[in-house]
Amino acid sequence: MPSIESTFFDIGTMDRISRQDTFVHRLDPRIKVLTTLVFIVCVVSFGKHDISALVPFLVYPLFLVVLGDLPVAYLLRKVMLAAPFAILIGIFNPLLDQEVLLRVGPYGISGGWVSFFSILLRFTMTVGAALILIATTGYHAVCMALEKMGVPQVFVVQLLFLYRYLFVLVDEASRMVRARALRSFQGRGSGMRVFGSMAGNLLLRTMDRAQRVHLAMLCRGFDGNIRPFHPLKARGWEVMFLLGWSALFVVMRSYNVPRFVGTLIQGFIS
Amino acid sequence: MHMADALISPAVGGTLWAATAGLIGYSSRKVKQDMDDRRIPLMGVLGAFIFAAQMINFTIPGTGSSGHLGGGLILAILLGPAAAFLTLASVLTVQALFFADGGLLSLGCNVFNLGFFPCFVAYPLVYKQIVQDKISQRRIVIGAVLSAVLGLQLGALGVVFETFFSRISDLPFATFLLLMQPIHLAIGIVEGLVTAAVVVFVWKARPETLDITLASKPAGTPSFRKVLAGLLIAAAVTGGFISWFASTHPDGLEWSLSRSTAKEELAPPKKGLHGWLATLQEKTAFLPDYGFRGSKKEETSGDAWPAVDPGTSLSGLLGGSLTLITLVLIGVLLKRRKRHHAQH
Repeated sequence: MPSIESTFFDIGTMDRISRQDTFVHRLDPRIKVLTTLVFIVCVVSFGKHDISALVPFLVYPLFLVVLGDLPVAYLLRKVMLAAPFAILIGIFNPLLDQEVLLRVGPYGISGGWVSFFSILLRFTMTVGAALILIATTGYHAVCMALEKMGVPQVFVVQLLFLYRYLFVLVDEASRMVRARALRSFQGRGSGMRVFGSMAGNLLLRTMDRAQRVHLAMLCRGFDGNIRPFHPLKARGWEVMFLLGWSALFVVMRSYNVPRFVGTLIQGFIS
Repeated sequence: MHMADALISPAVGGTLWAATAGLIGYSSRKVKQDMDDRRIPLMGVLGAFIFAAQMINFTIPGTGSSGHLGGGLILAILLGPAAAFLTLASVLTVQALFFADGGLLSLGCNVFNLGFFPCFVAYPLVYKQIVQDKISQRRIVIGAVLSAVLGLQLGALGVVFETFFSRISDLPFATFLLLMQPIHLAIGIVEGLVTAAVVVFVWKARPETLDITLASKPAGTPSFRKVLAGLLIAAAVTGGFISWFASTHPDGLEWSLSRSTAKEELAPPKKGLHGWLATLQEKTAFLPDYGFRGSKKEETSGDAWPAVDPGTSLSGLLGGSLTLITLVLIGVLLKRRKRHHAQH
């Protein structure tokens, strides 16, 4: 199962990327979470036939990718891996909406294709924004930001625990999968019955582990709170980062900048 | 069946975010109230277990394709509704952040579709009623299959409604419904059988593990009246959920209308009651509405979307490419400046 293992190995890669030390990585996590949310809401609120007005929004991911030293090819590959559902639903648009919306020379482009490309563009931007958030902030810091922003503590503790044990259990499961693959010939033993006892076994081990973890935590004085090592502190210019980008998003949302520029150029030409 | 940000409108995404946030708040309070803190690490580790179990795939008999465990139902059986909901929400959050499954805005939709229905509807109303406190292999299998099917059907229905009210996809309501429900019937049966297989294994190996949830509430003998009350509540919740959606729908429509009119000339005036009735009619008749809109589109498209006039679309193309070039330049400049800084 190399493909599955490498997918999970990817969590490790993201974790490593998020530990870099750049201007973007040093920003307060709350600022990045909020800016990302404003970005996504603005992008998603466009009409379904808008493409040109969406393009300027690429400036935000671009800014973060360049200043945060993120590997673009790697992030794009991750986005593509997740694309099938959006493509599957979006591909019906060209079939259903065939009215010509745009003419480029002799060719007419139907509204369906326009909205399909709009969906792809939105998909890349919104999913990319989420990945970039993690790649520049790190999971732990995002969770801490969520707690500071009012998410119930029980849920935040749950998010942190899940992540912590993910690596351990994924290793365990991949050993089991490999063991099964080595012992099964022509697909025998890969049915539901064997799965039931494999997953059941894993579950029992998981529960034992939970108990040991709990005892160990009690020994170290766990009382339901997780205390951050570095308290979060947003400085003035970081708030400006959030306000500045949000203002830019709102402006780009209300005015179609590319069309405005295009009209200007056309005016010059003619 | 993760929803994607690209397919939903802010109104739909926001509504479901609000609903999910409310449910997370409720579940957190509940978990904090009636929980021995033994279950906090258990929840975390079980969330990780769902990921790990999804790595183990199995072949589905007769089809040759392979499936994996979904997770909502098994968590509910092991942890009870509130704790299971939180655990599943955390699993979906990690999937949204690391695997780009869905997105941040659609996270609300996904948690609602995959978490609320199995944990708060299918588990208490079906599984618990069938298994009661008389655990047997047969009861577990029947209960798991029925509630997995119900949970996934409702979840798929949620996806269809959310997609439809967002109006990003042109897929007609009925077609999408016919596409989604049968597929998820099959998925539901497989999910139920697999869940049952795991639960039966655990029950046989260590029966006391299943007591956590059964003991947390006196199961008793659920009277017919209780079941009826449960079903009524479910109906009310479902009805409220749908009408909630319906009531946010005109907002979205008005928003998009006001947006397009702000850019171009004013659209034909939509007067108070008349306009309201028109939207009401539009949303009560899903199917005729769609055919109607489709056939009428040619005449009305002029003011429906801004980019129809070839003149403006040309300027859009020109400006768009120019913006793109500018962006690339900005990127190159930033990169160069950064390198410059690094050298000094």
